[in-house]
Amino acid sequence: MANIQLRNVRKAFGAVEVIKGIDLDIRSGEFMVFVGPSGCGKSTLLRLVAGLEDITSGELAFDGKVVNGLAPSKRGIAMVFQSYALYPHMTVFDNMAFGLTLEKGTDKDEIRKRVENAAELLQITPYLARLPKQLSGGQRQRVAIGRAIVRDPKVFLFDEPLSNLDAALRVATRIEIAKLHESMHNVTMIYVTHDQVEAMTLADRICVLRDGLVEQVGTPMELYETPDSLFVAGFIGSPKMNFIAGDKAKPFNAHTVGVRGEHLVIKPSDGTWSGTVIHTENLGADSYVYLEMGTEEPVVVRLDGVNNYKSGDTVHISPMDDKIHRFDAAGKPIR
Amino acid sequence: MATDTLAPPMALPGVRIKSELMQQRARAARWFLLPMLIALAVVAGWPLLRSIYFSFTDASLNNLYGAEWVGFNNYLRWTTLDSGKTVYRGLLVDPKWWGAVGNTLRFAAYSVTFEAIFGMIVALVLNAEFKGRGIVRAAILIPWAIPTIVSAKMWSWMLNDQFGILNDLGMKLGLLSQKVAWTANADTAMTAVLIVDIWKTTPFMALLILAGLQMIPKDIYEAAEIDGVHPVKQFFRITLPLVRPALMVAIIFRLLDALRIFDLIYVLTPNSDATKTMSVLARENLFDFDKFAYGSAMSTMLFLIIAVLTILYIWLGKVRFDGGDR
Amino acid sequence: MVGTFDLWKVTKTTLFYLLVIFIVVESVFPFYYAILTSFKTGTDLFRVSYWPDSFSWGNYAAVLNTGSFPRNLLNSVFISATTVLLALFLAITASFALSRVRFRGRGLLLMTILAVSMFPQIAVLAGLFEVIRSLGIYNTPWALIFSYTIFTLPFTVWVLTTFMRDLPIEIEEAAIVDGASPWVIITRVFMPLMWPALVTTGLLAFIGAWNEFLFALTFTSSNDTRTVPVAIALLSGGSSHEIPWGAIMAASVIVTIPLVVLVLIFQRKIVSGLTAGGVKG
Repeated sequence: MANIQLRNVRKAFGAVEVIKGIDLDIRSGEFMVFVGPSGCGKSTLLRLVAGLEDITSGELAFDGKVVNGLAPSKRGIAMVFQSYALYPHMTVFDNMAFGLTLEKGTDKDEIRKRVENAAELLQITPYLARLPKQLSGGQRQRVAIGRAIVRDPKVFLFDEPLSNLDAALRVATRIEIAKLHESMHNVTMIYVTHDQVEAMTLADRICVLRDGLVEQVGTPMELYETPDSLFVAGFIGSPKMNFIAGDKAKPFNAHTVGVRGEHLVIKPSDGTWSGTVIHTENLGADSYVYLEMGTEEPVVVRLDGVNNYKSGDTVHISPMDDKIHRFDAAGKPIR
Repeated sequence: MATDTLAPPMALPGVRIKSELMQQRARAARWFLLPMLIALAVVAGWPLLRSIYFSFTDASLNNLYGAEWVGFNNYLRWTTLDSGKTVYRGLLVDPKWWGAVGNTLRFAAYSVTFEAIFGMIVALVLNAEFKGRGIVRAAILIPWAIPTIVSAKMWSWMLNDQFGILNDLGMKLGLLSQKVAWTANADTAMTAVLIVDIWKTTPFMALLILAGLQMIPKDIYEAAEIDGVHPVKQFFRITLPLVRPALMVAIIFRLLDALRIFDLIYVLTPNSDATKTMSVLARENLFDFDKFAYGSAMSTMLFLIIAVLTILYIWLGKVRFDGGDR
Repeated sequence: MVGTFDLWKVTKTTLFYLLVIFIVVESVFPFYYAILTSFKTGTDLFRVSYWPDSFSWGNYAAVLNTGSFPRNLLNSVFISATTVLLALFLAITASFALSRVRFRGRGLLLMTILAVSMFPQIAVLAGLFEVIRSLGIYNTPWALIFSYTIFTLPFTVWVLTTFMRDLPIEIEEAAIVDGASPWVIITRVFMPLMWPALVTTGLLAFIGAWNEFLFALTFTSSNDTRTVPVAIALLSGGSSHEIPWGAIMAASVIVTIPLVVLVLIFQRKIVSGLTAGGVKG
């Protein structure tokens, strides 16, 4: 239960500025996701909030109190690392209890109770006496989360926790984290990922970062429906939004027109645009058709169920009304 | 000391607000380093300075503290005789000293060269996969594990002119026409020393080189084989260039070690002018002859030589020694 | 065509194994011969033999029962062990600072420490002699423990720094987030993980101290205080011309067997320790 404010936060490593002036408000109890391409500074930003790195200039405040100078353990944070970072020589119980045993004045019963409660919550009670190397990846991740819960933090930090898990496990753990957020609804959570699916499914609000600056902050739907820039439009949503520029965009009075694959309809004839099929993908539940239309990248159309298009077919497409995004030459939306 | 960061990237910051964490770590680092630094200063720094100081005095074992400054006298001094002739005295014109320098350099050159070559061969053998590789690796550790003095004695016995097995074998195989006094004879003394040193140190070189070899990915060789590159060519064009860093490190380490060698010479070929190295000569002067100041001058010279080489090495390999990226 | 091809391969393999056998034999033979000799007494010594043909414990009895050799063994064990423990104690915390904390001049410091281990020991002999005499520890084990630090300390610092550098940074960060101070990190998080490295480093340093000759020769003057290398080097027989080869070999074997056994047991660790210091540099 802490709201976090960043005011003109900058971070430089030597001569290289990695975070270039970020203003951000994170509300108490919300699940905020930092997302962006490699090198955008999202992990660095997380580490600044944690206190593992010094802030070069600017202010970081928890509940109005500036915490720039505070050590991580004094900020009331807990962190889940990408590689779990469990102490290999300690049992699960000791791993989770370690932070508490370092605090003066916590008695052993209290520690045991808190560890057992957290283990219960994450269903890892049977593993308390085991060593990390005896656990699977998913179990280790839960222990890492448990270690963080035990600290009873005000702010929960996740640094790409699902990257090391395989696809199926990723989905399962994602659900666990979502449930965790629901059961701990007064704890602020900041989550870093490069995967926009994780961002869309977990976040209350998403902060899209690029090159050390904030591109846009908003709820997943806000980012999906009203992206504030070409970059965000192309980053959020899978498959990537189709961008049509040049002559084909002229009728819409825009430099670039963006339409998502799921918002394009195939017409038997006489569509807004037409193109030649160069590739199709059938995934069972839905399918994708890639069209060569003279645009920079092939235009992708999403269809329900199985499609029967073959390479070489000519296809006519029209965008759905109200689902057209128009951008000017600077990449800013025209609304 | 400036701030530290925990993760990579690198360099040093400008003006910053130091957080509690960084301050705590910097403070801890200072306290952690202090005991070690003090120990080194007391055990290495001070004695070194004193040794150098002694070389500029007329100290002797019985009169260490009453030593008086004589400047460079121990190194070089000259007097003009009545006859007009100038006589030079001192370390820099001492034939015994230069003899020792020559011995040391010869020893270093030969031993390092052979140890590098044999070490490379052994490393290549160990890098290959074959049955019994474990035995070979264990076997080569034995010469390394045996204390130098023990090696010297063992080989002394084997090189014994009357009862030594080497002479016996040599005669039996027809390689020798008469028994050789390996360690006593001035011509063969250096050879004897080299035999023992090469026997003892090749394993160390082999292990260092092996570590370098094992870092070369195996698929490069597979690609070369598919391309039809001859194994010998593979060695010179692929292996050698890629193992060069490890090889250079091993060679430099060995070289610096070889220049200061004492134990083996002292025990295997004592009192032999043909093998006396700088260290041996220095100690002789320091303690046996009670030419304490003169001996100090010798040891200082040796130190200078090694210091110059070490600095050269570190300066050339500067990238490696920046402390890593943590 | 097939016949020629096979012949070449067979020749290659034969030559290879011949090389292997040669390497093994030349490595082991001297030690084997020393053992052989140690079991010979009297006139047997003057007869060259390649295989064991006489067996007598006489030399061992002579070495262990007369003279100060057993005492020398104890000296060596005590001195080497103490030196190593002292060096490890000083080095562990120093290595943490050198490997995990970034500060100005760190690279220079590491280079200096490496340079100290390159000192020719003779260069400090005069100065050390003065210090040891003035401290009143000449001809005691403490003289050697004191002076051995000059090479065991830089060595242990260097190797431990390399090992600590390789510990994953996220574990340290997790500990920081948990509220661990640097001392806690070292003692409760890193040390338990570094046991193998500590053992290896300790073993290598122990062997180095055990083998040391120059300081031991110079700073001790009586049989009781000598260490094993000096004792073996100075072993002399009854008369001034008689060199007791049998006894020398017996002493050598006594001293070497434990070392060889230790080295063989800890083979892998030793190899990685040596190369960590050397190659990773």
